[in-house]
Amino acid sequence: MAERHPLFKPLVFVGGLLFGFGLGFSHMARPEVVVNFLLFEDLGLPFVMFGAAIVSGIAFALLPRIRDAAPLTGDPYERRLKPFDRNVLVGGAVFGVGWGLSGICPGAAYASLGVGNVTILWALGGMFLGAYAQGYWRSRSRAPEAAAAGAD
Amino acid sequence: MATSLVLLQAVAELFPNGISRYAVGGLLVGLGTVVIYVGTGIPAGASTFLESTLSYVSDQSRFQRYVASRDWRVVFTAGIVLGGLAFAATVQSGVVTTSLYEPGTTGTLYEVAGVTLWSTDVQPWRLFLGGILVGIGTRIGKGCTSGHGVCGVGSASKTSLVGVATFLTVAIGTAQVVAALGVSP
Repeated sequence: MAERHPLFKPLVFVGGLLFGFGLGFSHMARPEVVVNFLLFEDLGLPFVMFGAAIVSGIAFALLPRIRDAAPLTGDPYERRLKPFDRNVLVGGAVFGVGWGLSGICPGAAYASLGVGNVTILWALGGMFLGAYAQGYWRSRSRAPEAAAAGAD
Repeated sequence: MATSLVLLQAVAELFPNGISRYAVGGLLVGLGTVVIYVGTGIPAGASTFLESTLSYVSDQSRFQRYVASRDWRVVFTAGIVLGGLAFAATVQSGVVTTSLYEPGTTGTLYEVAGVTLWSTDVQPWRLFLGGILVGIGTRIGKGCTSGHGVCGVGSASKTSLVGVATFLTVAIGTAQVVAALGVSP
């Protein structure tokens, strides 16, 4: 792996800071607020995800027209496009049950820890356990057909 | 006149905490994503960290594929945690005040060394069991609320739009059933 630009990690850190501050400010880092949205008791939450999607969407659309490559990596500016298959539906449904039950998603869980929510370690422990379980299972079952799996 | 008053009241009931804290928070989340994208070209999501970090302790091929990105994903997550702490130390503690922020009444506030921290009242079993499903589902489904929801939707990716519609619909159904069963908080 090529040496990375010395500013690569500091920039990722600053991005993470803004990201986490925003999740705290919006209260998306609070499971109660997410559950209240899912119960239609406070419909403000979509402004977080879709607000963020609009901001990033502007950058995703404009940057490829302004520059050919990112200054710190030399990588081309591309959109986040992933191939569709049944996994998107199955995984999305499993994630939906978990999100609806707990009121927390991965990024919000990290930020929740930062705002002082030590109890969220239960959710973080569960997430690692779940990620490990599917990884263990998929590493086994995919081994013979690894070549055909492609990117995701 | 009377109808517009009724309309206003209905809007107030749908948005008891207003929309500004949500919109400003979303703007900052988007800005964080853009900062990383402008410098590196990477549309970063939060849930890959779970698998990339497992590559430090497990040889499974599923985790080892993330070895190249695992170090900066730790940095990204550390930034998110400390960003949350920075929010707690400023706005949540009342050191910085703004009319755009609505403190609300959820959970429990407590103080450590002059910083107002917050803790959830949602029961640990819900967090743990839900967390397991979030860990499985986000990784099988190719993304979470940030990967699909922010970067994917921002990319107008059909896969991500379908992913978001799926987890949003199922989450609403699940929360409604859980509440109907009398589970609270």
